Amino acid sequence: MAWIPVTHKDEQEMLQAIGVSSVDCLFEDIPPSLRLKSWNIPEGLSEIEAYQHLEALSKKNETGYVSFVGGGYYDHYIPAVVDYLSQRGEFSTAYTPYQPECAQGTLQAIYEYQTALCRLTDMEVANASLYDGGTALFEAIMLAVRVTGRRKVKIIPGLNPIYEQMIRTHIANLDLELEYGDEPEGCACIVGATPDFFGNIHDFTAIAEKCHSASALMIIQFYPIALGIMKTPGEMGADIAVGEGQSLGLPLGFGGPYLGLFAARKEYIRKMPGRICAMTVDKQGKRGFVLTLQAREQHIRREKAMSNVCSNQALCALRALIYLCEVGKQGLIEVAQDCYSKTEYLKKKLSAFATVINPKPTFNEFVVRLPIPAEKVILKFKQNGILPGIPLKSLLEHCKQQIPCKDKDGNTYGEEGDLLIAVTEKRTQKELDMLAELIRANIS
Amino acid sequence: MDLIYEKCNHRQAFSFRSNREFDVPFPRELRRQKAAELPEVSELDVVRHFTHLSRRNMGIDTNFYPLGSCTMKYNPKIADVVSSFVGFTQLHPQLLYSETYLDCVQGALELVYHLEQLLSEISGMRAVSLQPMAGAHGELTGVLMMSAYHKHHKNTHKKIILIPDSAHGTNPASAAIAGFQVQEIPSNPQGTLDLDRFREAMNDEVAGIMLTCPNTHGLFEKDIQEIADLAHQHDALLYYDGANLNAIIGQCRPGDLGFDVMHFNLHKTFATPHGMGGPGSGPVGVNERLLDFLPGPRVIKKDNDVFSLDYPKNTIGKSAPFLGHFLVAVRAYVYILMQGNEGLKEVSQKAVLNANYVLSRLRAAFPPAYDRLCMHECVLMAMPYHDWEVRALDFAKALLDRGFHAPTVYFPLTVKEALMIEPTETETKETLDQFCDTMLELAELAKQNPDELRNAPITTPVQRLDEVKAAKELNVVRPLNTPKT
Repeated sequence: MAWIPVTHKDEQEMLQAIGVSSVDCLFEDIPPSLRLKSWNIPEGLSEIEAYQHLEALSKKNETGYVSFVGGGYYDHYIPAVVDYLSQRGEFSTAYTPYQPECAQGTLQAIYEYQTALCRLTDMEVANASLYDGGTALFEAIMLAVRVTGRRKVKIIPGLNPIYEQMIRTHIANLDLELEYGDEPEGCACIVGATPDFFGNIHDFTAIAEKCHSASALMIIQFYPIALGIMKTPGEMGADIAVGEGQSLGLPLGFGGPYLGLFAARKEYIRKMPGRICAMTVDKQGKRGFVLTLQAREQHIRREKAMSNVCSNQALCALRALIYLCEVGKQGLIEVAQDCYSKTEYLKKKLSAFATVINPKPTFNEFVVRLPIPAEKVILKFKQNGILPGIPLKSLLEHCKQQIPCKDKDGNTYGEEGDLLIAVTEKRTQKELDMLAELIRANIS
Repeated sequence: MDLIYEKCNHRQAFSFRSNREFDVPFPRELRRQKAAELPEVSELDVVRHFTHLSRRNMGIDTNFYPLGSCTMKYNPKIADVVSSFVGFTQLHPQLLYSETYLDCVQGALELVYHLEQLLSEISGMRAVSLQPMAGAHGELTGVLMMSAYHKHHKNTHKKIILIPDSAHGTNPASAAIAGFQVQEIPSNPQGTLDLDRFREAMNDEVAGIMLTCPNTHGLFEKDIQEIADLAHQHDALLYYDGANLNAIIGQCRPGDLGFDVMHFNLHKTFATPHGMGGPGSGPVGVNERLLDFLPGPRVIKKDNDVFSLDYPKNTIGKSAPFLGHFLVAVRAYVYILMQGNEGLKEVSQKAVLNANYVLSRLRAAFPPAYDRLCMHECVLMAMPYHDWEVRALDFAKALLDRGFHAPTVYFPLTVKEALMIEPTETETKETLDQFCDTMLELAELAKQNPDELRNAPITTPVQRLDEVKAAKELNVVRPLNTPKT
């Protein structure tokens, strides 16, 4: 086999050095009755065959559409340098920086990522990343429970239903109470998203103040691209800020890998989950970086650790860092403004003849209520090369949400006609006009 | 080397050239006060900065990386190529949750379905879900299924999970986060689970046992059948930590050994890149007992080869937002297809052969923690060099100067001055010999000139770092307007 370079001659020499007669002797500890007799694994393919097989599979997926599908994961442009640089083997084939002297590239990148995330959110500290937005939110709730010693958690309506289901799954055995609301008395934390799942922008400043009077933590789930222009979790008084980092240079990739963004106020750093990188000096006084506060983590604390997380999404965090360096201070404002403007343009156009459920400013997403089931019209849009958005009812059902589902302002969602439409900087005016035209044609 | 923030000079690498006629002013009361102080550099600055950073790393592509427990095998480049096909990278995951859109994702569902089948066959488990996003996340998902199983069967008294003292820290941490009490079982003098102590600990309050097999001493749990029988007599579930699956793939299967639930590490056994610490991927496999508790949705194959979704009857819910780290799964899939039947068996054969060869060459200078044949990794000790005040860490650092990544040191916690070496099957004998020669030279050097080891490394971008200062000062974020140092 091409990837296993041990020749017959090597094998003989090695067996002799070991002092056994065959490779099989090395497996003698496995009870013979338990050894594999046969299995149904096909013969190996050549690289050419494998390439062709995978190419054919990839082409069974339909990706050529103009897409208005969002729901927490967005079709943003990925600058060329992100792929180019992150694919370097020195990054991709390295592991956790256990030996910091030969992992300064990894560690400095994590330090720069933590810095970028704090500047983006106006928070004080950040970890080296978690799996995704949903697990970051779960970990944020666990941090609030550790800090306050309280068992009640309240969610402000409008959270991504996928995250809510992930949280419920992960806390199933933990004796926590999960409720909707924004009154923090007796709570470990209040969890709010801005923009929320339906695109609504909220200012949680007043709720954060109430949290602090009640010694509860305010957790804000953010959308990193929106923070190019939007009021930040730090400005609103968040104690913990979490988000999905996919929009920062990560491909949609049918579900991942993604990036769990996690930042907090400094006082919580010793109870935070995940890896944290710190600046220090080497013995000659030269600047260098190491992982720090490892006594929080599972490899030292075992069952008393702050989290069971052992890895981070380092390569995804690197992509996010490269993205933020490449677009820079000005570029992030541009992309955020572009998403917002195009969304408002489309919303205004649609409002003339269709029902927009949330007409107030939304960041890059909103819900239109069609007079016919959304699932039914999708086919017609597809024929015109467009994926018009997410049929909300189906998604909410997949996430075991009660229907109708509310947002903070009391709007309700989940009727058959509800379509969640997302707009990114990649959509052109022509494409927006085309979507509007198709919607008009299909409802009249 | 400068931080990217120290290179900022009001340049703009990338412009979105937004269409200004379009501009709708963002509401003033919702605006951020000041722009985020992100770098302002040219594109060439970005390219040079990250290229330079990459050169301050060791990876499998640059150096032998015998990091025990981590299976740092060669990552085939074909996997990078096929996982970047646009049909995979540009596929929106939310299409999954709408019946009408399932047409658009048939290729992806087919891939997930087949990979789950292949992993089931490799492990001898009944079914696999790709959802968990890393090994530790697979453990948590597995333990959550165990908890759901006991709840379903009204086994409310089951509150304890037994874990050997040699286990990875993630095992007890995952069990605790899923709401269980952890009880540690010691190893016996032969380095495997102490069966008597296990028998004593086993009672009706035990919900499950988490085992790594071979364990972190690199030894196969010979008593596995008895362990499984004893557990099942008490309706406790047996969890297989797949960290060391590379040792036994194609030789025996966790399902046949009696395990009820397990996780795989696609980034270890199936050669997907470790990415400096992630993304990994930690699919879970279950036998019949836990089938109804798997995370959902699951991909099913309908008549006329159409792929669709279904939910297990008592599903624990979602451990990932969609079907897991799909682009990592694509890599593992192509790896399995290319290795095939014979290739996968050869993986464990050569991984175990290589580890035993290293053991045979080093055992005189570095006594093994347990002096017997090993599986895919060997655990040696740096104890003989205590008299010269040279420790395992010093050997690790001296290896860096000589072009090798270090083995895992000070793990497992059960072994003093541990050097845990996992060469994997993808290294040549020449590389193993160079590594062993170097280790033996260092063993001599430890006696002749211990200072050289204690002062190592000296050729790396930085020398030994002050971890105490790092933890004390906690400089984890670059403050704004910091003068360049």
